[in-house]
Amino acid sequence: MAPALSVTGLHKAYGPVQALRGVDLEVGPGELFGLLGPNGAGKSTLVKVTCGLVRPSAGDVRVCGEPAGSRAAHRSLGYLAELFRFPDWCTAAELLELHQELVGSPGGVAERAELLALVELDHVPDRRIGAMSKGMQQRLGIAQALVGEPRLLLLDEPTSALDPAGRRTVRALLERLRERGVGVLLNSHLLSEVELVCDRVAIIDGGAVVAAGTPAELSHAGGVEIETAAGVRLFPDAVRADVPRIVRELVAAGEDVFAVRVRTSTLEDAYLAAVGRTAEGEKAA
Amino acid sequence: MNPPTEWQAALLIARFALRESLRRRVFLVIALLTLAFLVLYGLAAWQAFEATGQFGTATSTAGVDTRVVVGATLAGLAMFAILFLGTILAVFLTLGAVRGDADRGLLQPLLVRPLRRRTLLLGRWLGAVAVCVPYVIAIALATFLLTDALGGWWPDRVLAPLAALGLGVAILAAISLAGSVVLASTANGIGVFMLFGAGLTAGLLGQIAEAIGSDTLGDVATITTWALPFEALYQAGLAELTADTVGITKLALSLGPFGGAQDAGPGLWFFSLAYLGAVGALAVRAFNARDL
Repeated sequence: MAPALSVTGLHKAYGPVQALRGVDLEVGPGELFGLLGPNGAGKSTLVKVTCGLVRPSAGDVRVCGEPAGSRAAHRSLGYLAELFRFPDWCTAAELLELHQELVGSPGGVAERAELLALVELDHVPDRRIGAMSKGMQQRLGIAQALVGEPRLLLLDEPTSALDPAGRRTVRALLERLRERGVGVLLNSHLLSEVELVCDRVAIIDGGAVVAAGTPAELSHAGGVEIETAAGVRLFPDAVRADVPRIVRELVAAGEDVFAVRVRTSTLEDAYLAAVGRTAEGEKAA
Repeated sequence: MNPPTEWQAALLIARFALRESLRRRVFLVIALLTLAFLVLYGLAAWQAFEATGQFGTATSTAGVDTRVVVGATLAGLAMFAILFLGTILAVFLTLGAVRGDADRGLLQPLLVRPLRRRTLLLGRWLGAVAVCVPYVIAIALATFLLTDALGGWWPDRVLAPLAALGLGVAILAAISLAGSVVLASTANGIGVFMLFGAGLTAGLLGQIAEAIGSDTLGDVATITTWALPFEALYQAGLAELTADTVGITKLALSLGPFGGAQDAGPGLWFFSLAYLGAVGALAVRAFNARDL
């Protein structure tokens, strides 16, 4: 089976500005893939190229094996933009019906009811979108993206307007999608959320992938600190399994060991290190 | 999963646009304002026929059929106003269709569906045309009926003026839609109305050129009119109102504000359709090249 998303050597320039500089990544069927990066890193451009809204300058992007932007690719994807808006005059059910007709979904009323129930909007199918809160509109946006059973879901900041309960609902939904084999590219600033749900993560900065791996791989690279009579010594590349060997070597060398601490960084630490910024938000020199 | 064909998708977009117009009470506003326009027109027609009736019932002493002169002038005035109203409708239904909707985030969710950009443009144009064209035809027909009822005058030709108005606003809707691909809503609206004004000015220039016999002015007017064929269509429609009128009455008509109109012949209709196609092709080309 073709990957849900395959990106190879993707470049995009807006005039003199290089938004993407040779991005490679792959999202498998049923994989939740997190895309992290600072503002202006190129995340939204990557998502828009995948949707066919922006033309790449070079490289290849395929959705379920089909070239991004083609009708065949569009049949396989669902998308919720970061800055989206739906017609305020129509109702939730009417919006879903329009998207059902555009994608050719035979789901009818049953599909609409199921999708609205998934995002907990089944009690307001006939409410005008203009009368909905921002959080409700965002949940409706997720339902809209799921019309026609897409095999790849692109979610650009899907929980930015949601309260904690709404975020939990979306997390549960993403896990159900994983079980159904839907690949998800989740673009988010909420690192804790990405850490909780994503199978793999790529950190993008300056238009290039600067780190990639599972959340565990990215967030446990803090090294080992050992307190000796000569002071605290840091072994930055060491992990927990290296501790007995390091202690043995230090003792054999005549050092007194008083304490050992395995540094477990968070995904946030890994993110800040990868994009070259300090926790205070300053760009590292 | 069978996505709709291109035509089905275009009709779907058009239907959605029409539903928006209905829901936003666009039609209600149009109906009320149109009613006000027709009442004013009826009042003007009644007064005009009453006043000129003092000179004689059918012909004046100079042999001019005043009933024809008044009726045709009123109908010409009505066509001018109706073209303007149709233009307002066409522009406001399309001025933000691409860039405006893209800036607001309304367009992107639609274009990630199996929907070609050209289909979206076609759908938006059909949606606007489905409102504007029946509107101008219906209101023009209403003014003709009023003129007949109040003064006993009926145009020599009816179909050609109605078709000219319809095709004219369809072209203006296409220009506005094409403009919406590259211009922000406000700039596009201003631009289309300035083009509309330029077209009407070209028509007036043509009449002045004919009156004073200036070839240069006539050439400028002709080129501008062909570059903006909605004006040529309006002139052709106007000319058809009194196509069978002859003699001193025709001469009297030609001295009036709507009397210098000329029918450009059947070539104008083919040119207008080709122009419509060219505007559409340019709009699609620009839209396809645009990052959203």
